[in-house]
Amino acid sequence: MSEKSALTSAEVAHLADLARIAISEEELARTAGDLSSILANVARVAEVATDEVPATSHPIPLSNVMREDVVGETLTNEQALSGAPQSEDAKFLVPQILGED
Amino acid sequence: MKYEDAIAKYDPVIGIEVHVELGTATKMFDAAPNTFGGGPNTNVTPVSLGLPGALPAVNGKAVEYAVKIGLALGCEIAESCRFARKNYFYPDVPKNFQTSQYDEPIAFDGSVEVELADGEIVTVPIERAHMEEDAGKNTHVGGSDGRIHGAQHSLVDYNRAGVPLVEIVTHPIVGTGERAPEVASAYVRTLRDIFKALDVSEARMEQGNVRADINVSLRTSPEAPLGTRTETKNVNSFRSIERAVRFEISRQAAILEAGGSVLQETRHFHEDTGETSSGRVKSDADDYRYFPEPDLVPVEPARAWVEEIRSTLPELPAQRRRRLLGEWGFSELEMRDVINAGLLDPIEETVTLGASPAAARKWWTGEIARLAKQDEAEPTQLATPAQVAELAGLVEAGKLNDKLARKVLAGVAAGEGSPSDVMSARGLEIVEDTGALEAAVDQALADNPDVVEKIKGGKMQAIGALMGPIMKATRGQADAGKAREMIMAKIGG
Repeated sequence: MSEKSALTSAEVAHLADLARIAISEEELARTAGDLSSILANVARVAEVATDEVPATSHPIPLSNVMREDVVGETLTNEQALSGAPQSEDAKFLVPQILGED
Repeated sequence: MKYEDAIAKYDPVIGIEVHVELGTATKMFDAAPNTFGGGPNTNVTPVSLGLPGALPAVNGKAVEYAVKIGLALGCEIAESCRFARKNYFYPDVPKNFQTSQYDEPIAFDGSVEVELADGEIVTVPIERAHMEEDAGKNTHVGGSDGRIHGAQHSLVDYNRAGVPLVEIVTHPIVGTGERAPEVASAYVRTLRDIFKALDVSEARMEQGNVRADINVSLRTSPEAPLGTRTETKNVNSFRSIERAVRFEISRQAAILEAGGSVLQETRHFHEDTGETSSGRVKSDADDYRYFPEPDLVPVEPARAWVEEIRSTLPELPAQRRRRLLGEWGFSELEMRDVINAGLLDPIEETVTLGASPAAARKWWTGEIARLAKQDEAEPTQLATPAQVAELAGLVEAGKLNDKLARKVLAGVAAGEGSPSDVMSARGLEIVEDTGALEAAVDQALADNPDVVEKIKGGKMQAIGALMGPIMKATRGQADAGKAREMIMAKIGG
């Protein structure tokens, strides 16, 4: 991790693009610096991690929490659309989708 | 480039991803009903819509179905596996990520035997089967043909968002040569049949319950490294799968022949032209930044549970074919014809209802199939296994001969009732009334003294000359064997 801890402006620009965040040149440089120092701090964890400690995605030692396959309460169409900025024909209206056929 | 030329110069390698929608009562991570149809955005909960704070909960039945599929494909079932977030922005994914599995699929390392039309068996290696959720449905508005080009905006229905899916991914399928298109199609058909046998999905291609993404690449020889592949998305019929693979092989070969290189990209198949066209180029858009789903805990299928599921797996289609082949004594060719005609189920049921396998096969693949073709209907729309079993019984009992049985079938197909109903209503039963038969025989003997003399002189084959008039007198319903006995008795031979 440690050798990867420095982020380039290009990497930040790429991530911003993936996250659909508009970012200026100036912000790019500053963000790259900020994120790099955060990464460097996080990378210190790697120094104490040993082979005996398995990677974990969840702090609580639980598994197999499952739901019965039984239909529950649903939203009405009005409720579903109540937070939508725009709707049409009982559907969510979203802006034109670009970049794909 | 012509397909034959392409195959002569290049070795095709295919890889297939199949998505199957599971037939659970509810969605993968919430209790909204998993049903086709219904008003737009009504089969939804805050989870289906990705509303802030909504928390997913895994559908236990969907996990069971995924294990069933994994076992049926000969896979190992993971002792522990997790869900992961696949991050991308698209309006049909309301959370801005799809909950899927990444490095820890629930099932892996399997294989499935695929039988081609001529009986050749190809083993397709399975890399993995993992659980995930379906996306909502976009409708593009304002374009001329519902496509994105020219669309002003899109409308989204999230009824399908969150429907449980299992995605099955093959390893590269090599060594199929010119039969690559056929193998691709037969593989997806085999999976479809397995899903049906397992009863984990309605598995209807035309409803999109089963969808296939087809990867194709070419290399100069089987020893060469794999070439650049294209992925043709959402090919939704067996015929289209075959055509798409064939088209891609020809298209890529033409590019390579011209000294160009194949672009790694997503492509779309067009039913009308049988061609594929470029979708988006695989690049940044496929940087999904997977990470473990923090809102869900790991799934650890207990070994005892997995074994219990294994012990309840139904007989799979390939096993069933093998068993029936042995039980029925059909030839391989006869069996294939039955399967290709889609008549295995009705024939098995007809046999269960008492008909001999040979008779069941004969009527279903013969006269009923002929009538169905003539009426442009399905054989099973014209007759039921019970009716065919009854018909076979009537023939067996000597009440019908083949010719009369075909007439009875025509009546059954026309909706005139059961075989016995048709037989009595149309008066088709073999004449057993010895009085009527005797009268016909007497008349024939009286009308043909010369023939009678020949028979008396020992020329037995002359009897044939009497059968015509007898059949005519009885409108074809005489039992030829009985008539013959009667003639011999009367002549005193």
